[in-house]
Amino acid sequence: MKLRIVLLSVVATLTALPAAAADTVKIGFVTTLTTPAGAIGRDMVEAANIALDHIGHKMGGKDVEFIVEDDGFKPEIGKQKTDKLVKQDDVDFITGFIWSHVLLASKKSALDGGKFLISANAGPSPLAGKACHKNFFSSSWQNDQNPMATGEVLNSKGVKKLYIMSPNYAAGKNMVSGVERTFKGEVVGKDMTKWGKDMQLDFSAELAKAKASGADAIFVFYPGPAGPAFIKQYEQAGLRGKIPLYTVFTVDALSLTRLQKAGLGGVLGSWNTMFWAPDLDNATNKRFVADFKAKTGRYPTHYAAQAYDAIMLIKSGVDAVDGNTDDQDGIRTAMSKADFPSVRGKYRYGPNHFPIQNFYLRTVKADANGDWFVSYVSTVLTDHQDTYHDQCHL
Amino acid sequence: MNWTLLAVQLLNGLQLGILLFLLASGLTLIFGIMDVVNLAHGSLYMAGAFLCATFTQWFDSFLLGLLAALPAVAIIGLLVELIVIRRLYQRDHLDHVLATFGLILAFDALTQMIWGPDGQVIPLPAWLDGQVMLTADIVLPTYRLAIITTGLLVGIGLFVLVTRTRLGMRIRAGATNRTMISALGINIGMLFSIVFGIGAVLAGLAGMMIAPITEASIGMGNQIIIVAFVVIVIGGIGSIKGAFIAAILVGLIDTMGRSYLDVLFKLFMSAQNAETSAPAISAMLIYILMAVILAVRPTGLFGPRGH
Amino acid sequence: MSLPTLTLRGFVTALMLVILALVPRLVDLTGNAFLIDLATRCVILAIAAVSLNLILGYGRMISFGHAAYLGIGAYAVGIPVYYEIYNGYLHILLAMVISAAFALATGLVCLRTRGVNFIMITMAFAQMVFFTFVSMEEYGGDDGLVIEVRSEFSRFINLEDATVLYYVCFASLLVVLYLVKRIINSRFGMVIRGTRGNELRMQSLGFDTFRYKLICYVISGTICGFAGALLGNFTNFISPEMMDWTRSGELIFMVVLGGAGSLFGPVLGVSVFLLLEEFLSGLWLYWQLVFGIFLILVVLFANGGIDSWLSGRSKRSHDS
Repeated sequence: MKLRIVLLSVVATLTALPAAAADTVKIGFVTTLTTPAGAIGRDMVEAANIALDHIGHKMGGKDVEFIVEDDGFKPEIGKQKTDKLVKQDDVDFITGFIWSHVLLASKKSALDGGKFLISANAGPSPLAGKACHKNFFSSSWQNDQNPMATGEVLNSKGVKKLYIMSPNYAAGKNMVSGVERTFKGEVVGKDMTKWGKDMQLDFSAELAKAKASGADAIFVFYPGPAGPAFIKQYEQAGLRGKIPLYTVFTVDALSLTRLQKAGLGGVLGSWNTMFWAPDLDNATNKRFVADFKAKTGRYPTHYAAQAYDAIMLIKSGVDAVDGNTDDQDGIRTAMSKADFPSVRGKYRYGPNHFPIQNFYLRTVKADANGDWFVSYVSTVLTDHQDTYHDQCHL
Repeated sequence: MNWTLLAVQLLNGLQLGILLFLLASGLTLIFGIMDVVNLAHGSLYMAGAFLCATFTQWFDSFLLGLLAALPAVAIIGLLVELIVIRRLYQRDHLDHVLATFGLILAFDALTQMIWGPDGQVIPLPAWLDGQVMLTADIVLPTYRLAIITTGLLVGIGLFVLVTRTRLGMRIRAGATNRTMISALGINIGMLFSIVFGIGAVLAGLAGMMIAPITEASIGMGNQIIIVAFVVIVIGGIGSIKGAFIAAILVGLIDTMGRSYLDVLFKLFMSAQNAETSAPAISAMLIYILMAVILAVRPTGLFGPRGH
Repeated sequence: MSLPTLTLRGFVTALMLVILALVPRLVDLTGNAFLIDLATRCVILAIAAVSLNLILGYGRMISFGHAAYLGIGAYAVGIPVYYEIYNGYLHILLAMVISAAFALATGLVCLRTRGVNFIMITMAFAQMVFFTFVSMEEYGGDDGLVIEVRSEFSRFINLEDATVLYYVCFASLLVVLYLVKRIINSRFGMVIRGTRGNELRMQSLGFDTFRYKLICYVISGTICGFAGALLGNFTNFISPEMMDWTRSGELIFMVVLGGAGSLFGPVLGVSVFLLLEEFLSGLWLYWQLVFGIFLILVVLFANGGIDSWLSGRSKRSHDS
């Protein structure tokens, strides 16, 4: 009896491990679906599916197979899933990647495997500079760019003393170096807080320090679940109106939904910068935002916008070679042109395949239905290129 | 030397300590009376937070949500005791650790199934959302003061329960000699269930108190449970007094570390290195404290002697 | 029949070894290169589990910090590679020496405690290692360290080739199993097992049980550090996350699942654990629910693990 069980398990295991290959365009998507940050991943998958609907699930005449994997917010698992997509599923493109540290851990698996790697969010500096690769593309930005735009805004608003809080990981450090690069005043305090699956969410000590530092503005980068927690505590500490808040990647459609539900009006009227806004006036964006709202009942985040663009970018490459995914040179040349309808309007690529694009000032306000959203105010940086492209050998 | 900042940080440390005490007291009771290592205590902390969030949304009131969630957590605790923990009494600690580790996985997955992967927001009523001016300069968020007050009241209540009531007497007797009080006719099974239920309520309350600040999120108990264990090991297993003192100590050290360690480090290393190493080292401090205390007193500050 | 009686347990052990030996052939047959990844991870974790079993299964020392040795071993590869030192022999030496030193230093403190305090203090030391590496900005900290180039040995052993790496790991597993078997059946092993049963009696027989336990603890840590060096080579990546207490918990589960205190049990435990994880995670988003319940059921009802299920003995019969 036991022998039978053992033999059956062995046979079942060996046959259950798949090794299929079909004539489709395969796209692997590594993102975070579990943990409190999972909301971001779902947003991106939603947007990617809308993009696929818009193109009829076909690229270059072939069907598209879209495989989603969960990195669990851990670099090690992201790498494992990337390996699986490359070796078992034999995908043609790997995209997604919310987190810089997950991307850095996984890039070797994807690029050494000869696949195209397209980041739909993370933009760590090594990939823009020394470690740039011909098969790597970004449909988002380089991490430092957005905070550099914020630094310019701080200068224009006359801020002299700044207190910085950011999570202690690759992107967090990039955000800090970005804002420090353009901000002309004095940084009177800096806190790098614990990040990861069990990130620090109680900022009592750091907020007390910020208050005591005499800063006239506070700059934070708290993506995902840390954003609403920080803003809530910022208000509870009585800092609204005392020390103005400037954020990057902290206030977006996801956190705004939560903040609105909690009635935290302090975020209305706050400033942030980004390469895109949901009310940017172009045909692609209008269609994207409308369809996204129809499907989910809320505004898309920039994560969603980037995921949408990643699919469209891939399509531009595959279309150019009529679906022949073996012609990697052809695909690469086509994608480098960035010649596709993007939700941010027209942009172009630098030699490191990072976008050269505008950055806009946005503010939080209520729309006609009373829903809070981030709205375009003005252009801060035009045709901005990342600082690391000189270090790239391409 | 910024005295205002120091005062505020001490209060912050106290608040963290009180929260840890709520969590650790239940843990040390369960361990002391029932000799069960319950890693899933953090899951009850999480359950309290989520239940409070849902009830607050239903009743549109934080206080009502809190009052409704407490018995709900108790019920969940009793169910867990009935279905899993009860079978572990005869087993050794390794089995406890593994079974409750499995419970953590199950709870995390269940929570995601019921509430989705997002965190749950708990909005506070306006009168709790402001600030309190303790002196001209020292301003503390009202809610944190509320946590301190509640925690202290619960601590006093627990002390009264354990030292002045019949139940408390049975609990203390059970901690000393389980077999004897069973022989004396006390229903041990019921006693254990009640103790576990009390522990669950304490853990759930801690979760409910912290959630308005940090949101109810999946797996929120998994890191703090380790800190809670460190607290009870430092304080001594089974000792509520030890749990209280150790919790306050740990809360203060953690907060002071986060506040002042980078300043200290900047005296002898580069600013950049100080900024990234200080948070890590300050997280290590409580483990170093535990190692030192165990080296000097292997059963903790107020632990059982000659166990 | 003139064949030696083949027990079910013996059969499964042999079958397992044969399958593991033939993995590269299976890869050729199915065209699925991911199989070798799975198998390599399985073998490496099996080495770690066997090392943990030495102190946990045979010695009843419940270390909740064993993942720290995996981390130390992997960083012992990662940091030299960061400085472009690729000598594999140096990597292995560093991994084992530093692990041994760490085990000795922490063992001196930990082994004086009992019960849950022992569990907590082993966990505490692992957390300290975790935080130390998080604070080392230079080597990536929380983001982890990518290991660009694998350890270099002689011209004939090229670890960049997945098959070669796999066979190196598999051979290591066989060596470790043999070593552990010799240790367990030696006089030293008898003392360790005796101490698990009744320490006071062993002491009254004149054995310095503390010294024996410490040596066992150091051997266990050293082997696990070696596994860590292999792991670093395999994943080409190391982060402090890999030393978290939940990873130590998973190792303990693998040992218990396979059958603590049996020689081959840990290998079976690791295999079933990884296959189940791989299979379930592809099936359902909430697979951890099933996994957690499975763990609880194993602890409650199948306490001797797979090994005792195969041999038909309950755990209690050869314990007490």
